[in-house]
Amino acid sequence: MRTRYNVFSLARNAMRHHADWPKAWRSPEPKPAYDAVIVGGGGHGLATAYYLAKEHRLTDVAVLERGWLGGGNTGRNTTIVRSNYLWDESAALYEHAMKLWEGLSQDLNYNVMFSQRGVLNLAHNQHDLREVSRRVNANRLNGIDSEFLDAKGVKDYCPVIDLRGGGRYPVLGASLQRRGGTARHDAVAWGYARAADALGVDIIQECPVEGFRISNGRIQGVQTGKGYIEAKKVGLVPAGHASVLAERAGFRLPVTSVPLQALVSEPVKPVIDCVVMSGAVHAYVSQSDKGELVIGAGVDKYVGYGQRGSIPVTEETIAAVCELFPIFRRMRMLRNWGGIVDTCPDASPIIGKTPVEGLYINCGWGTGGFKATPGSGHVFAHTIATDRPHAINAPFGLERFRTGYLIDEHGAAAVAH
Amino acid sequence: MLLIDCPHCGPRAEVEFSYGNEAHIARPLEPEALSDEAWADYLFMKTNRKGIMLERWVHSHGCRRWFNVARDTLTYEILAVYPMGAAPPALPERNYL
Repeated sequence: MRTRYNVFSLARNAMRHHADWPKAWRSPEPKPAYDAVIVGGGGHGLATAYYLAKEHRLTDVAVLERGWLGGGNTGRNTTIVRSNYLWDESAALYEHAMKLWEGLSQDLNYNVMFSQRGVLNLAHNQHDLREVSRRVNANRLNGIDSEFLDAKGVKDYCPVIDLRGGGRYPVLGASLQRRGGTARHDAVAWGYARAADALGVDIIQECPVEGFRISNGRIQGVQTGKGYIEAKKVGLVPAGHASVLAERAGFRLPVTSVPLQALVSEPVKPVIDCVVMSGAVHAYVSQSDKGELVIGAGVDKYVGYGQRGSIPVTEETIAAVCELFPIFRRMRMLRNWGGIVDTCPDASPIIGKTPVEGLYINCGWGTGGFKATPGSGHVFAHTIATDRPHAINAPFGLERFRTGYLIDEHGAAAVAH
Repeated sequence: MLLIDCPHCGPRAEVEFSYGNEAHIARPLEPEALSDEAWADYLFMKTNRKGIMLERWVHSHGCRRWFNVARDTLTYEILAVYPMGAAPPALPERNYL
């Protein structure tokens, strides 16, 4: 067990000028064989490895990451956490994650800076109002905190919003989930990596998976940039590249990969202390602890793996932000970037088994995977360890596209896709 | 931003176009005889290739006509534009990991 992070170790290391902090995780060379291999070292993959080790005592596990930990969508999202989804299946999944978020820093002994500052989802017209109220009611029936705010309530909760929305996007009301908020995205990856490593999981970076060895319909191992690795079970957690890996394993997925954009402004003093989202105009805003406005934009309309979005999408989002928050009009943006999201036809993820025995997949999170990180890893670890889905992810299997039991969450996803 | 060479109007900005995703998906000839798996494959499964995608576009804010495009989905390079119903042009394969 490595140094626990606490006030005493902090004080001790402060006196040594922080020169002796041990590495948060090892970086071993891969062994020739593992009980389980997780492909993808983002938040979901690392969480899966952590829960495999912690809950299922499966510690002969490797996480293979083609780049560096959390360098994909984990490091590119807008860090929003909420669980106000419409349907019972999704509500159970995202609320499961929310409950894990609430104890995550203590569980991992790593401060993920989870801040339950409240999430507003705006309504701009009569239809939005009805949808928002319906979702609030559905959430409450599922035991998820959610409340409806009228226009005045929105203004009281978040004074920087212009309720007239420049005339284009008037704000008529909103739903509010007070338990929702943000978390530090990098810390989530690092915290899970450190905790998984402490339980014996090998985390191997710069190790792309190039193919799979499959015989008699069963997975035998993975071909990687660092040689062949034998594995009894393989879990794919590849975010935007699900189709690429699935094709190499010989099956097809119903996902479309598109870049989703985000941008941050120069840092300013505290101005907005909650998260404001508007699915209708493709803009969502929060303020980071450094003071930058973190702005989420929409997705490109065509398939792309370029990790940069199209300029018209950025422009549309900036225009909407300027109408909704006239106070931000003179802010300067520092950076914008894109991450590849794999969206499903029903805007719900795929977590379960594949046509290949011993090969499991967790993908299709679309534009909203970050918020589900702990819950996703938890139920996926259960799926891998016991070879059958957890009750929570049972409805999210690949077979739903055959049975027609789709879970349509286009309304709860903050970005139309 | 893409500059798409509409076969009827010439090169125009991507904002004038709408996307029709994957091209050359044949509608089942005998829908009644199709299994659930085959239906799922037809309705939902996507090629979603990282490499050369054959896709449909329509010039919504121009001539409003459909056509096919062969495009590299990593570099966003447009390699060919060809009419609906035509066979895709022969292009050297590009496979990215």
